Amino acid sequence: MTDTAWIDLALVSARPQAMGALLRYFRNLDMAEEAFQEACIRALKTWPKSGPPRDPAAWLIFVGRNSGIDKVRRQARETALPPEELLSDLEDREDELADRLDGSHYRDDILRLLFVCSNPALPATQQIALALRVVSGLSVKQIARAFLVSEAAMEQRITRAKARVAAAGIPFETPDAADRAERLAAVATMIYLVFNEGYSAMNGPEGVSADLCDEAIRLSRLLLRLFPGEPEIMGLTALLLLQHSRARARFDAEGAIVLLEDQDRRLWNREMITEALAMIDKAMRHQRPGPYQVQAAIAALHARATRPELTDWEQIDLLYQTLERLQPSPVVTLNRAVAVSKREGPEAALALVEPLGDRLAGYFYYHGLRGGLLKQMGRAGEARVAFDRAIALATNGAEAAYIRMQLDHLAAEAASSALVEEKQ
Amino acid sequence: MLYAVFCYNSEDVTGTWTKEQDGKVMRDMAAVEKKYAEAGKLGPVARLLPTTAATTLRHGGGEPIVIDGPFAETKEQLLGFFILDCASLEEAIAFSRELGEVNPSPGAYEIRPLAIYKPSELPS
Repeated sequence: MTDTAWIDLALVSARPQAMGALLRYFRNLDMAEEAFQEACIRALKTWPKSGPPRDPAAWLIFVGRNSGIDKVRRQARETALPPEELLSDLEDREDELADRLDGSHYRDDILRLLFVCSNPALPATQQIALALRVVSGLSVKQIARAFLVSEAAMEQRITRAKARVAAAGIPFETPDAADRAERLAAVATMIYLVFNEGYSAMNGPEGVSADLCDEAIRLSRLLLRLFPGEPEIMGLTALLLLQHSRARARFDAEGAIVLLEDQDRRLWNREMITEALAMIDKAMRHQRPGPYQVQAAIAALHARATRPELTDWEQIDLLYQTLERLQPSPVVTLNRAVAVSKREGPEAALALVEPLGDRLAGYFYYHGLRGGLLKQMGRAGEARVAFDRAIALATNGAEAAYIRMQLDHLAAEAASSALVEEKQ
Repeated sequence: MLYAVFCYNSEDVTGTWTKEQDGKVMRDMAAVEKKYAEAGKLGPVARLLPTTAATTLRHGGGEPIVIDGPFAETKEQLLGFFILDCASLEEAIAFSRELGEVNPSPGAYEIRPLAIYKPSELPS
């Protein structure tokens, strides 16, 4: 590996811990980021000559903190403000740094850093953008590409998010067990959002979206290393791994969606599946089921079926029923309907789907599934209406193309039956 | 003489490798392995899954405790290992429990699922 490549890796991997500590010192995201940036610049200058430090995160925290303090002092001279008022703990001696770096702090530092990006007051898109910028260290340009917006628009989105975070106040007190649990849940949601952004944009610009999925998995593993006994974080990690394991099979060469049952299962990533199954095994021992664990268990049943006809739909139906109890939502019921259609046929599934119409009227998959069920039942006219609604709600080209294919099938069937009728 | 060689590295860093970087490291290592395999000197090779997939059983002094996560003590040393094919984590824990029962000294068994396993190429 070249000099700069290993330095980049070291900087990226040390980032959450270093940023977390700098945020604790400076109590301000922008200051922490600038200090970290400054430390990175110095690392790029010194490390190639002196070799990598034994603990890159500690080095970056130390250098970043000093450069931040220098800056505050310079600004203080210019504005004649007493610097002590700008810093939380200027008194700290450098030899205290070692104490501050040992285990106890760093777990809460990283959790806090993740948590400020997961503030439920922020819209999902802002949470994702902020986390990718602040925790993962992606450039504004990279994030803008992932979201298919201009760099200027993304810059603005991140600035707005930071202003909201600052206004909401960053929690600096050491969290108690209840706070920790609450922060963990918010962070898990944010990580899931990052993954979903990558997952649903998978047919977007080459590579970028898959990177978001990888990044979400990395954050999820990081969280699990900090909280190794949390079954829901095991479930989240497993769920992301299982969904991502199908990445290569989800689209064909032309970028069209390939449904789960039509996917070439040899393209699924076995290593990710193995890791996810191991994680589910661990989570099960806790006997504290939660939504992520149940969703992971459902995904695992798909992963275990080497052929689609070997899928255990009965078990999947039961797991969706559990999920409906844990986290009632029309979308969960819609997903259960797929399992019901496999077990009991399209009529039973349609009966489950119809009552969801009010709440899911603006949801692509509702109309897509309904159209599919109606089509299976031979109600072509109604199927066409449902597919037309779906196509209007498609959020990307692949979704629209998939529905168009269904409409083409219907048209072809209609044409061939017309032909048969003519002959008779 | 048979030797075991264990790999230690920062998971924070290796977890940041891109697929391409990871793939290159694995290919380069496989080239080293190949040389020794052809000379009939290479036993089984394994790559472990990340430590987030690990479980540790601590035994000695009462009922053994099962802890999520890897072995984290620095006061104890790595003394040996087993590789076994289990239907579930429970089976691996049961095996470790049995080992603990016959092992008079308090210690730990770290249970790590394997990501990659290449069987021995040693001449039988």
